[in-house]
Amino acid sequence: MQVQITVNKKPRTDEVEPRQLLVHYLRDTAGLKATNVGCDTTSCGACTVLLDGVSVKSCTVLTAQADGGTVVTVEGLGGTADGGQMHPVQSAFREEHGLQCGFCTPGMVMASVGLLSENPNPTEHEVREGLEGNYCRCTGYHNILRAVLLAAQSPDAGKPEAQVSA
Amino acid sequence: MSILGTRVVRNEDPELLTKGGTYTDDLIDERLDGAAHLIFVRSPVAHARILSIDTSEALKLPGVVAVYTAADVDLPIINPPMPMFNQDMTQTPLASDKVRYVGEPVAIVVCDDPYIREDAAELVEVEYDILPAVIGMPNAAKDEVLLWESVGTNTVVDFGTPDDLDPNLFDDCEVVVSHLIQNQRIHPAPMESRSGAASWPEGERLTAWIPSQGAQGAKAALAAQLGIDAAEVHVLTPDVGGAFGARFGADVEMVLTAWVAGKLHRPMRWSETRYENLLAMTHGRAQEQRVTIGGSRDGNMKKYRLEVLADCGAYPKIGGILPSLTRLMTPGTYVFDKAESIAKAVVTNTTPIGAYRGAGRPEATAAIERAVDIFAAEIGMDPADVRRKNLVPKFTEPHLTAFGALYDSGDYETALNKALEAANYEDLRKEQQLRRERGDAKQLGIGMSSYVEITGAGSESGDPNENATVEVHPDGTVTILTGTSPHGQGHATAWAMMASDTLGIGIDKITVIHGDTDLIPKGGGTGGSRSLQQGGMAVQKASIELVDIARTRAAELLEANEADLQFNIDDSGFSVAGVPSSTVTLAKLAEKERLFINAVFAAPGATFPFGAHLAVVEVDVETGKATLERIFCVDDAGVVMNPLLFDGQRHGGIAQGAAQAFLEEFIYDEDGNPLTASFADYPFLSATEVPSFDLVSMVTPTTYNPMGVKGVGEAGTIGATPAVQNAVVDAVSHLGVRHIDMPTSPRVVWEAIEAARSNSNSNGKVA
Amino acid sequence: MIPAPFDYVRATSAEHILELMAQHGDEAKLLAGGHSLLPMMKVRLASPTVLIDIASVPELSYVKVDGDDLVIGATTSHATVANSDLIQADAPLLSYAAAQIGDPQIRHRGTIGGSLAHSDPAADLPMTLVALDGTFELLGPSGTRSVKAEDFFIGYFETALEHDEIISAVRVPRRPGVGWGYEKFTRRANDWAIVGIATVAGRVAMANMGSIPARPVATEQALAGGQGIAEAAALAADGIEPAGDMHATTAYRQHLARVLTRRALETAASRNQA
Ligand SMILES: Cc1cc2nc3c(=O)[nH]c(=O)nc-3n(C[C@H](O)[C@H](O)[C@H](O)COP(=O)(O)OP(=O)(O)OC[C@H]3O[C@@H](n4cnc5c(N)ncnc54)[C@H](O)[C@@H]3O)c2cc1C
Ligand code: FES
Ligand code: FES
Repeated sequence: MQVQITVNKKPRTDEVEPRQLLVHYLRDTAGLKATNVGCDTTSCGACTVLLDGVSVKSCTVLTAQADGGTVVTVEGLGGTADGGQMHPVQSAFREEHGLQCGFCTPGMVMASVGLLSENPNPTEHEVREGLEGNYCRCTGYHNILRAVLLAAQSPDAGKPEAQVSA
Repeated sequence: MSILGTRVVRNEDPELLTKGGTYTDDLIDERLDGAAHLIFVRSPVAHARILSIDTSEALKLPGVVAVYTAADVDLPIINPPMPMFNQDMTQTPLASDKVRYVGEPVAIVVCDDPYIREDAAELVEVEYDILPAVIGMPNAAKDEVLLWESVGTNTVVDFGTPDDLDPNLFDDCEVVVSHLIQNQRIHPAPMESRSGAASWPEGERLTAWIPSQGAQGAKAALAAQLGIDAAEVHVLTPDVGGAFGARFGADVEMVLTAWVAGKLHRPMRWSETRYENLLAMTHGRAQEQRVTIGGSRDGNMKKYRLEVLADCGAYPKIGGILPSLTRLMTPGTYVFDKAESIAKAVVTNTTPIGAYRGAGRPEATAAIERAVDIFAAEIGMDPADVRRKNLVPKFTEPHLTAFGALYDSGDYETALNKALEAANYEDLRKEQQLRRERGDAKQLGIGMSSYVEITGAGSESGDPNENATVEVHPDGTVTILTGTSPHGQGHATAWAMMASDTLGIGIDKITVIHGDTDLIPKGGGTGGSRSLQQGGMAVQKASIELVDIARTRAAELLEANEADLQFNIDDSGFSVAGVPSSTVTLAKLAEKERLFINAVFAAPGATFPFGAHLAVVEVDVETGKATLERIFCVDDAGVVMNPLLFDGQRHGGIAQGAAQAFLEEFIYDEDGNPLTASFADYPFLSATEVPSFDLVSMVTPTTYNPMGVKGVGEAGTIGATPAVQNAVVDAVSHLGVRHIDMPTSPRVVWEAIEAARSNSNSNGKVA
Repeated sequence: MIPAPFDYVRATSAEHILELMAQHGDEAKLLAGGHSLLPMMKVRLASPTVLIDIASVPELSYVKVDGDDLVIGATTSHATVANSDLIQADAPLLSYAAAQIGDPQIRHRGTIGGSLAHSDPAADLPMTLVALDGTFELLGPSGTRSVKAEDFFIGYFETALEHDEIISAVRVPRRPGVGWGYEKFTRRANDWAIVGIATVAGRVAMANMGSIPARPVATEQALAGGQGIAEAAALAADGIEPAGDMHATTAYRQHLARVLTRRALETAASRNQA
């Protein structure tokens, strides 16, 4: 079937199988490999992207369901199509060492942007709860929490197109 | 000012954050163009004879390229990895006559399109004759049902036997307590499941992409298991999404991916689902321990015995050797008149056991730290006082234990005191007392651990050494080739700092390369917390030697005496004393002739970091639910190179340690069916189950390397686990509870409380 | 893991849904948020050959006041239910319960109708709607009928829905200021309930204490008869025999039911302004 989806601000039209999962559309059809798959059961959040402005687990959304929608992946933060420019959340993750192996990171960053878009000034507890659907094996979440709190100091951290001034 | 010891954010992060890492599944490489995709058909039963395999339906599905079973695979048999293991417990890459655990690979299906892999695998029909499963180590040790009938036993290896135990060991002890302790089976659960890719065109060498902890070791294993010369293999390490000990060598799936690539002369890609990962990546821990401790009523611990029964899973892997590490660390940080330990490792119809963060040492610490608390409870003494009374006193010269471990330096009492102070221990005890008196639903538990561990024990060759190549380029950039293999540890930053500090070149100009066996033929990889103390030291040594070579060349160029040359770190160049205009930079020197050197750093031995953790938990005594409120951690791993990375390692380990104490367990039913084979059922820790961690610093340098560093990667899983477990028990100790096995899940805690209550009721006491 | 192949159609109106259902019959399944169905299809526990996507049917997604009731369209997401001012004011138990489901991403996708139609005994919303004495509007070829929440759930993943019907809306009485209590006992915050309790206005319903949301009748009667909370809660597991599993034995679940019922009732009492 044919779908039209805007990915990182670029409108696309693609022919896909109805059973294709959005995460595979992003990785294989659109060639954006940052979004990862970490589980089979919608548990880990590694695949988190923004769909029509809210965080979703792209392993549990059909490409077909996203037809007509808008997707932002970690490559699209900071207003770019395929990475390069830092967004306040990305920069805070670096500053606070909120990543180690990096595998959970794209999903974690997108979940954090989603969280900050809904709650720009979260408490520690709200950050933990807001990220309960994103697993990380490396960091113990200690610095992820700090990164999100640091990012929250930037007023537009909940906006995907926000950029860190160089 | 030296960059070493300062907080430096990571070089690798911009890429990981804005474009994502390049993990094996993300690879785009022309050598993999047109790759087919493998899937493994895995055993759904724990123990069975394979009667027949019908691949015909699968082969009919459009897009299926080939299907292979054991009959097609002409690869060497896989022998148990250690000579002391029972060598008859062999494995074939695909199960041939028998399957021995749920998840064992039985057949391979090769497909053009990854989207039909699962459709095709479902079409392979395997007929099994189900056999009784051997689940649980004591069952296995009975040898009633055997995994290999012809072998006659399920025992893989014995480290000592009951005959070696001193029957009079506890004769002079006023108090002797003994307990059976489970150190449960857990899954390493890196966020990236396993995957691999291989290209092996006709007449050419094999190129294999393996997400591992060391390309050189993976290459050796791959060559051996393919039965080919190692020179025929080129291994590359893409980014790795966590490993935690479970990614050394080459798993059978990777060997078979390479084999199919060679057989079909077509590039192959393999990636597993999380379900397969939970079933077929090696698990960790899985020991049953009996601890017996004796001493005097005034708190002097005199004797200690540790008997270990270790699970190897269905095939003896590295897991079989881990109990010997547990034994080595038997007495922990304490002085005993005598301590003794024996261990036995057995096979069961479960996933094979391998290394998991700490690998054998956490099991030793968990045992002794529970034993100390049980002893303290028995004599009614504060566990902190018992510990202080029995710790090995501070030492600066190496201390040899009765088990042959040579502890390099240590000050265990200071570590413990720092943890107690940071936590305001006395106040916590008062608060606990108040809650007990009030009969609050939420009781406070305070648990501590004192630990010592081994880091940097070995490398590829077994000796504690590592190599590095450092090259300065004419454009002023630097390339470092390292034999270590980071997968989150931040070597691209850390090794750049090491070189920068000596060469005076900014870390943004330094590139660190690892995981390419053509570029870096030797290397011991990253594991056992060895990287900085060997690999990092090799970078430093190479950098120093590089400056020496450069000095000779500079002397020539500047027509000066070497002795008159001064290396100016700020300019990354030499100047001649008294002639300020006469200078040359390293970059300039590299123009004429390549400026590089390979150096090997050899350590005199392993180092023994140590520390103390103190956990504060709340236990809801009405429901049994325990939550971690605070954890104070003193981890002394010598000098700190980059506090950002150092603390990051601690955080991750503490969380994993706490997760073992509270939540995680890989469970099988009595027929060997896994009950936790998804992330919905395997209770992976989320951000809501842990607090922020209170890290307390302490630095006792080692003399084993010029910087005085030890390893910190495994501190958390060694120190935090028993501290948290002890805290949970402590929270309900006033109700008569003496021990609760991990994971201290709500049901288990509630049952322990109920049992203690009915016990004390039947003793005529009131709970 | 990926689902077995199927065809996908997107419905544009409630009427269109019924047409598509008639056309495709039993082979088809409705797809709302997909957060129960797709996970099952990925592990191949379900393999429908047609999916009828109802998520973007405009007339099924709303929250509105209708006299003494609040009416919520079937495809309203958990996040919307959790954050709706109307629901927070008039049925705070419902918005609180919706906020306890899974994690934020799941709440963005999952829908109230999907959760109720799925009828998982461990889920948050079924017990909540039973406690709230809610009513479901079921739309079929012959029009709409109303079924009480407590009559809707029949067994594990089984409901009173006919094969040609959909849930179109959920109706709950408006009770501003009436005290309510909610206890979800989990190992981790994002888990399903090991045992859950929802209570409002003297009604109590429990999750994961059987194949459908359980009502502790003895507790409710004791409360109605004027007994104290502690006495009433002690009866919460009477006659209720939940199955045991990896997380909890039958006895432990019964124990939790008593403790959590007491806590929920105490909270409800403390919140009551009516
Ligand atoms: C990881 C994870 C954790 C979760 N945790 C929780 C939790 O803690 N608590 C909890 O309660 N739930 C939990 N859920 C389930 C979640 O709430 C689902 O969203 C919900 O159960 C189903 O809603 P849906 O809209 O996604 O339904 P779908 O998956 O789209 O549909 C579910 C079923 O209902 C049918 N259906 C859907 N809509 C209608 C309708 N209007 N009329 C008739 N039939 C319909 C479908 O055909 C299908 O059979 C979790 C889910 C996941 C993946
Ligand atoms: S991959 Fe989507 S939640 Fe794990
Ligand atoms: S950084 Fe490795 S899983 Fe989060």
